[in-house]
Amino acid sequence: MRASDLLHLAAESLFRARLRSVMMLIAMSIGVAAVVVLTSLGEGARRYVTGEFQALGTDLLIVLPGRSETTGVQPGLFAGETPRDLTLDDARALLRVPGIERIAPLVVGSAPVSSAGLTREVPVIGSTADFYYVRKLSMGQGRFLPPGELDRDMAVCVLGTKVASELFPQRPAVGSSVRIGDRRFRVIGVLGESGRAVGFDLQELVIIPVSSAQQIFNTESLFRILVQASDHDAIPRTRLTVLETIKSRHQGEEDVTVITQDAVLATFNRIFTALTLTLAGIASISLAVAGILIMNVMLVAVSQRTAEVGLLKALGARGRQITALFLAEAVLLSVAGALAGLVVGYAANALIGRLYPVLPVGAPAWAVVLALVIAVASGVVFGLMPARRAAKLDPVVALAGRR
Amino acid sequence: MIELRSIDRHFQVGDQLVRALDGVTLTIADGEYVSIMGPSGSGKSTLLNVIGLLDRPTAGQYVLDGRETTDLDDDALADVRARRIGFIFQSFHLVPRLTAFENVELPMVLAGHAPAARRARTEEVLAALSLTDRAHHRPAQLSGGQRQRVAIARAMVMRPTVLLADEPTGNLDHVSGAEVLAALESLNAGGISLIVVTHDDEVAARSRRQIRMRDGRVVHDAPTPGAAG
Repeated sequence: MRASDLLHLAAESLFRARLRSVMMLIAMSIGVAAVVVLTSLGEGARRYVTGEFQALGTDLLIVLPGRSETTGVQPGLFAGETPRDLTLDDARALLRVPGIERIAPLVVGSAPVSSAGLTREVPVIGSTADFYYVRKLSMGQGRFLPPGELDRDMAVCVLGTKVASELFPQRPAVGSSVRIGDRRFRVIGVLGESGRAVGFDLQELVIIPVSSAQQIFNTESLFRILVQASDHDAIPRTRLTVLETIKSRHQGEEDVTVITQDAVLATFNRIFTALTLTLAGIASISLAVAGILIMNVMLVAVSQRTAEVGLLKALGARGRQITALFLAEAVLLSVAGALAGLVVGYAANALIGRLYPVLPVGAPAWAVVLALVIAVASGVVFGLMPARRAAKLDPVVALAGRR
Repeated sequence: MIELRSIDRHFQVGDQLVRALDGVTLTIADGEYVSIMGPSGSGKSTLLNVIGLLDRPTAGQYVLDGRETTDLDDDALADVRARRIGFIFQSFHLVPRLTAFENVELPMVLAGHAPAARRARTEEVLAALSLTDRAHHRPAQLSGGQRQRVAIARAMVMRPTVLLADEPTGNLDHVSGAEVLAALESLNAGGISLIVVTHDDEVAARSRRQIRMRDGRVVHDAPTPGAAG
């Protein structure tokens, strides 16, 4: 039998059994569309987060106390020491390191913030004027913390928009005063909507000078120090310099960790790639289900067309030809279903892209290939059993099985 | 030339052995017109299936056109069926979704003939059976007699040497039945062997040789009285 005749016969019987074919097409296309859309979402999330980090600038170093990359027992534990805290003096020392553009020491805590009887428990960040640039913040009203010495304790604060509107529902926040912990602060600004601070909701925080935060939270130590290098290419060198500087200040003990933004980015990349793979795996299950549906429907088709199989055998069709005929139907269906699924998937992507323009949805090429391969493979695998069953029918019995 | 020697075809039904064919020896020369009669269960359909290579005998020898067939594998049997044997069934067995033309063309499609050759031969056979104007109808749009003529055209399209008809008029009214028999007989007149299984004495009387079966055995095998040739 010629391949073109095989396809023609298979297509004809699919076309004649329209409802059955459409059902299987829908099942297969849902599977493929699910793979396309879910992996697009995963990939979109990855691109979104990557984009956010890149917008922060990849020239950022984060210094945190304690070593996180030791294996085995921490040397400090052997010596009976605990890691030293990061202090404002450490931050000040970093300012003198060449290749560093800006630093922003951070103290983070949570404190009740109140004004005129309204109180909210809000995350409080203690930092400096440079935090504004390092985190690329924007101001809605007023201004950010004024530049000055790190240990200059000023009773001024900047509110997130949500905090501002909740504490000052009627009157302007800027110029008023709030009580944070047991101290009074004058509100000098309200943050704008834009700006990025991964890990914080910018609308729900209060920023005060770092030394004020140290007093409120009664601590000498810093949560971390953000360091902005002046040159992206010099980051590895700057990272070593930062480590050396702190080490020399901590009696030669390397008890801080310096993370580069690139490393954070790589970690997020890995996490989101894993997420996308997981989604692809889940979506693949629906493809397998579609394959099983194809098998079921093909089995029904074979039993409905028993007499036809008997006839084909009487006309001189070999077992292999009958296998090929039924298999061609299953494969045609799965290919058509896969293509329809691609169309649906890309349409859904376009829709999502329109509804959520910030999310850069787009199916990764490997996922599209994977979906197509699994779809066609499941057509072959699940179509083979019914097709074989048809080919094995005894022609005499099959012919007698005429309804 | 069909030569059956001591053919047995036994079925195991539960714990009972059914001897559908029991030592059948039979020779049918090329161009013969044979009817096979007998009550239900006498083995006449099984005999037809064995001759048509759809069923394998349990024991015995079957030589078709000088070739032993009992040791052929399924694919080789399929090839012999394709080239030498045409089947006609009581219930027509047309593929409902294909047109008359496509039904007739089907054996050539399965055999892998080129489309141009198929078209020419299919049109020729359809014309011979006066079906040219019905070529693009589906079976549901045809009368019973037309359907059986399409089935005959399909059986003929590969130029077989033997036509096997199992109750070809069983589902037809008298007039259509006569038309179908006339078509079969004119093919037989062209030199093809025609073997008809029937219940109908009138149909059997038209053949030139009558075989009667009972309990899997041939109990009567003689030229039809008064038949020419």
